[in-house]
Order: sequence, then C-alpha cells, then structure tokens
Amino acid sequence: MSATARLKTRATGAGLGDIADKLIAGERLTLEDGKRLYEAPDLHTVGALANHVRERLHGDRTYFNVNQHVNYTNICNKLCRFCAFQRLPKQPGAYVFSPEQVELKIREQLHNPVTEVHMVAGIHPKLDYKYYKDILRAAKRARPDIHIKAFTMVELDQIAKVAGKPLAEVLPELVEAGLGSVPGGGAEVFSERVRQATYHLKNTGDEWIEIARTVHEAGLRSNCTMLHGHIETIDERLDHLDRLRRLQDETGGFQTYIPLSFHPDNSEMAHVPAPTALDELREIALGRLMLDNIPHIKAYWILMDVPIAQLCLAFGADDVDGTVVEERIYHEAGATTPQEVDRTELVRWIRDAGRVPVERDTLYNVVWSDDGAREAIVGDAAPLGV
Amino acid sequence: MNAAQHAVGALAPSASWRAPLASGVRTGSVATELDRISDKVLSGGRISFEEGLFLHESADIGTLGMLADAVRMRKHPEGVVTYIVDRNINPTNVCITDCGFCAFYRRPNHAEAYVLERDEIVAKVQELSEQGGRQVLMQGGHHHKLKSDWWCELIADLKSRFPQINSHALSAPELHHFAVIEKRPVENVIRDLKDAGWGSLPGAGAEMLVERVRLIIAPKKTDTDTWLDVHRKTHEAGLRSSATMMFGNVETPAERIEHLERLRQLQDETGGFTAFACWNTQPDGVPEEHIYPQRTTPGVYLRVQAIARIYLDNFKNMQTSYVTQGLKLAQVTLRYGCNDFGGTMLEENVVSAAGCFNLQSIQKIEDVIERACFAPRRRNSWYGIDDERHDGPPSPANPAEAATHRAVSGTEVSR
Repeated sequence: MSATARLKTRATGAGLGDIADKLIAGERLTLEDGKRLYEAPDLHTVGALANHVRERLHGDRTYFNVNQHVNYTNICNKLCRFCAFQRLPKQPGAYVFSPEQVELKIREQLHNPVTEVHMVAGIHPKLDYKYYKDILRAAKRARPDIHIKAFTMVELDQIAKVAGKPLAEVLPELVEAGLGSVPGGGAEVFSERVRQATYHLKNTGDEWIEIARTVHEAGLRSNCTMLHGHIETIDERLDHLDRLRRLQDETGGFQTYIPLSFHPDNSEMAHVPAPTALDELREIALGRLMLDNIPHIKAYWILMDVPIAQLCLAFGADDVDGTVVEERIYHEAGATTPQEVDRTELVRWIRDAGRVPVERDTLYNVVWSDDGAREAIVGDAAPLGV
Repeated sequence: MNAAQHAVGALAPSASWRAPLASGVRTGSVATELDRISDKVLSGGRISFEEGLFLHESADIGTLGMLADAVRMRKHPEGVVTYIVDRNINPTNVCITDCGFCAFYRRPNHAEAYVLERDEIVAKVQELSEQGGRQVLMQGGHHHKLKSDWWCELIADLKSRFPQINSHALSAPELHHFAVIEKRPVENVIRDLKDAGWGSLPGAGAEMLVERVRLIIAPKKTDTDTWLDVHRKTHEAGLRSSATMMFGNVETPAERIEHLERLRQLQDETGGFTAFACWNTQPDGVPEEHIYPQRTTPGVYLRVQAIARIYLDNFKNMQTSYVTQGLKLAQVTLRYGCNDFGGTMLEENVVSAAGCFNLQSIQKIEDVIERACFAPRRRNSWYGIDDERHDGPPSPANPAEAATHRAVSGTEVSR
C-alpha cells in the first residue's frame, strides 16, 4: 500500500477521507473542513494529515535560529485583558530601555553566535519617532551583521502615528535605520467580538491585516500569529486563519504562522484556563492544514514547554523558534519555561523527534544543517505512512 | 573512581542513540514492514522481540502514538482514566546498595540518615486518610538492620488504624534484602508480610532487567532473575504487583525491549501484574552524575512509553509518570498508551532528590484528564474503581478479590 493510500484509509476510518483526498491532491481546505478537523475526536489522524503536508513541504527539516529578545518597554496604554506584561507609566516595575541600554543588551551577547534580535514591546504613548529609529541603530551599532525583526503591526501603527505620516513612508526609514523584518504578534483573534471583550483599545482585525499588507508591499517579510485558547470559538479561529490565508494569497509576505497559547497567570483573565498540551498539538495541526500558502509553522517552545514543542514536530510544525535570550512577556504571565536554551539542546530535541535540525537566519537562509550521513527527504517523494 | 564507574560513561548507548528519521517510514521496505506490524497490532496480535525492536529503531513517534492509542482504546473502551489518592512515605533513607543513579539514600551513620518513628508515619497516614486516601506507598533504602518484622509491625499497625488504606509497600529488592539478612526463603518473608496485612507490591527497583546494565548501574542490587522471581512468588502468594522500567542510562534499544519481554513472559505465567510504568533516569545531583548521559528528551520517553503499551499486550494498565514528565506531557501520554495517572502522592522524596519535582493537586489532575476528553475516576491499589461517580462498589475491592479477578481476566488475555 502506498503512503497516500494508507493515509486515505486511516483518514476514512476517522471520517476524514474526503479531507485526505483534498490534501493528497494539494487542494485547499474549506472552513467547513477546518471545523471538522477541530472537532474530530481522533487527534492522531488530524496530526497525521498535517504531518503529510509538513513532510511534503519540508521533509524532516526542522528550523531554528540563534536569537535574542529585547522587550524595550513594558509601558503600554492598550490594557489588553490577557496580558500580564503591561505596566502603566507610573506603575512600579515600569521600564523603558534607552538606546544605550538596547545597545548594551546586544553587546552582552556578542560571545553568542546570535543572528537575530527580536524586538517587541508595549505601546508606550510618549516615545517619539526618533526613539524607534535610535533603538534600531543602537542594535546595529552593537552588532552590525544582526538581523532586526522588530515591531508588531500594533507597534508599527503607533510609530506611524507619532511620525505623523503614513506607514508606507515610515517603513523605508525604519529599514534605513536597520529594520529587517516584522514579527507576527498582536494579531490576537481578529473577531470583533473577541476584540471588544479582551483588547478593545488595540487595532481591529481589518486594521492589522491592512498594516501587514503595507509591510509586505514595502518589501518586508513578516510572521503572523493567533492567540488561542481563551474565549474565542472555533468559528472565530477559522475566520482568523482564513483572513491570514487571503492576505497571503494577495501578498505572499508571511513566512511563518505561530499559534500563541494563551497564558492566563497574573492577567485580568487569570480565571480562564490555559489551553492544554493536546489543544496545542491540534492548533499546530490546524495551522498547517488550513494555511496552505504559508511556508512555515512554528512551535514556539517558550510558550508550550519544550516537550510539547518537540512533539509538535510530528503534528505539522517545522520550526521551533530559537535560543531566545531573556524573554519577558510570557514569563510575566506565568510561563515556567527557561528564558533561554542552549543551541546544542535545541539540536538534541529536534534529532530525538526524528527530524533534521537546520539552523536558519530570520529569512530562512540555511546557516548550518545537520546533514551528516543523512539527507533530509524533501518533496512529494516523502508522503505519510500508516 | 573504579572501573565500573568508568564503564557507565564509556558504555552509554542512550547518549549516542539517534532517533530514526520520521519520514523514513513512508516509503520502501521500512514502510512495508511497518504496515505489516501495524496491521498486527491493530488486529490485536502479539508482536515479537524483533518487531518491538523494529518499532523502536524505525518507527516515527506519530505512528507509535497512533498504535499505542489504539491498544489503549481496545483495553479501555470506557474512556476512563484512573488515579489513586495516595501518599509516599519513605520510612528510612539508610541503604547499603549504593546505586549511582540514586540521590535519595544515605549510608548508615551518615549525618542525614534517618528512620522515621512510628508516630511520624501514623501522622502522615492520618493526613492521607483525611483526604480520602486509599493507598500508602512505602519504600525505604536497604537498611542494614531493619528487618521484615519491623515492617510487619508497621503494616499491621496501619491496617488496624486505617483499614481503608492499603499498604502498597516495599519492592522486590527490599524483600530479597530481608531474605538475605534474615537468612530465610523470600516466600516466608512474603507470607509474613501478607499475614500482617500487606496488600500489594510496587514494581520499584526493576531499573533495567538486563544483567549487563544492572552490573554497571546497580551492581549490588538484586539481579534480574531474582527480581522477577520475587514478583513470581508474590503473585503465587495471591498478591498483585506492578512493574516499572527506568531507561535512559546505559542500555541499548534491544535491552529496553528485552526488559519488556521479561515482564511479558512472567505476566503470561502468573497474570499477577496490575500495571506498568516507566520513566527516564533523572541524573541531576545523583552520586555518579558525572558519568551518566544527559536526561533523555520527551521524544524518547513517548517512544518508549508507546512501545511498552504495544508490547505488553497482557498488561491491562499503563501508568503515566507525571512526577518525572510534568503535567502537560503526562496529558499527552493519555494518547500514547497510558490510562492511569498513578498516585496523587502528597509527598515524594526519591526522584525529587534528583532535581525532579512535579507534584500536583488532585483538582489539577482531574482537570487535565477531563480536558483530554476522559472521565477521571479514583481507584484502589488493584485498579478497582473506588469513586462515588462510578456505579457499584470497587471490583476488585481487596487483595483476595484481586487474586480471583486475576485468574478470571488472565484467560481473556489475547495472545
């Protein structure tokens, strides 16, 4: 029996045979298909379908990078209810890094082979346009060859406001100062109902999409995310994924989709339970299955714990993020994962999942790959078994 | 450092083992063989040693999870995941067996060596009783002077004070240790303990049931044949026991399967095992830490756990190890073959001495089980459901019923 026939047989047993047909033929799934996948009791089969797509796209290759986080301020005026990181300007613990402090943070890691700095933060109402350019320049001064992935769509919106000109005009200036690409945060769940209930001061879904479109049109790549596992419904998740998919059809600018697990601790929504490991596995699988036009699906280990991120590599994920020095946002929300991990540890987890570790830079150029005696199997020659 | 200690580092296949590439099973002869074995497992057949080793060395964790989940569903179609309200008590940490992977024990006369007083133990069991506990898991080191009569008195005392709490106590190496220091057959030790009210034997001290490995990691501990024989004699005396495996030290994949094979053979013979649990060696802070390989990753744990579920076709229950793996991964194991969450413990001293401590409240355990779409139910030491949400009294309810139960269910085992 061929691998695709095997997959089909198994999916048929789980009532998902027609969906397997579409996936094997490389056809796009409908939102109704997505709903059935969210609700299918047989998680292993959903995982196998996602894995089929993952192996067709990437074989066993699993990407990571050596990166560093700089959360330059925790002062924020958006008051999102799921966030434990935010502080009001005069609140104890509120901070803003000066450009000199950002420079120092980067210099502190010069002994590490860091290729990316990931800079995201709160929406500080008083920071001026110059500040944002200054911290980009400071990072580049400390490490000229570093790739700066900075400013979520929400921060970019704020930067354009304080710059007093359209984002399309601001972006080339930020690039000039050192911006290399844009992270995917701040998308939350696009549903207006969810926005009103949890993040009503922040951009609407339509605005987020419009900013991302502008970013892509400026020639910048970005990631995209969804904050799942709180009050959103399955339909709202699917609507969110659909909007990402449609923008990607238009621009092709998304590199990676990252489902972000809601972490309730210390937030206003502390009473809402966090998604479980099995929920996280399914979310990864759904991302891989629905977002047929986004190349990479990331299991962000800092959110889900290393063991779950490792297992996600069998459920559709092909990326585990990076070494992440000094993560603050999720650690304020009770994340008990380490704030960084050794490069050799990342390699070991990936190998133990039966995958080939590949160190990438931010734009997925290969920095190092674990070729050895074993080549990754890529392409249609490697469909799924059992 | 002696020659044996050197040998652990030098002979640590776990450290150099590489997982098979996941996509490698999709095509070619590997795919054909995996198909054949999968069909066998899904149709309820027994896999051979060679087939077990093939799964270990060639299958991807996605397929292993699917197979283990199918076996779990066949054995437990009712959708229940059990756990027991229990407590660990370690009456003594004095031990003369010097296992290099153990951070818990102290040599006799060491400043931190202890033996708990009876009233301390009673107070601990009293706390457990107030929480509705059904089992006290008691293990100690191999104390050079405490003999089985000390344990018989303790067990009898607890039994009279707390009749609803079973003493799930000691281990095969401890029973063997008594037989040696008391210079009498282990059957007699077992008989005396049973008469005192001892209700079941934990599976501890199995480590790897392979002599090559034991001679390296636990050279002074009860050997493989003796470990199995103590369980056999316990089963023959009408008591049930559980089985364990500690992997991720110096054993090879074939030795992991050999361990499972030895257990399966004894289970065929006696039917006396209630459950199997495994965990990886927790090397932090153990006496010979510097010569143990790094802790294996969860990918390896899930692989071994799933293969255990597939291989041990005559074991009804598989326990997850949330204390070593954490609650999040433990939930995942419910889809990798496990149907039991083990004990709530209230206290744990042994693996927590090795840098591993994940005790959780009863409510958290129930939540995690429910959110995996299973019904959480409390059980007793013999896996009878003892829960007000369950219709009818626990069955089995006690060691005698468990022994009868075993005889009946033993005939149902698929071969």
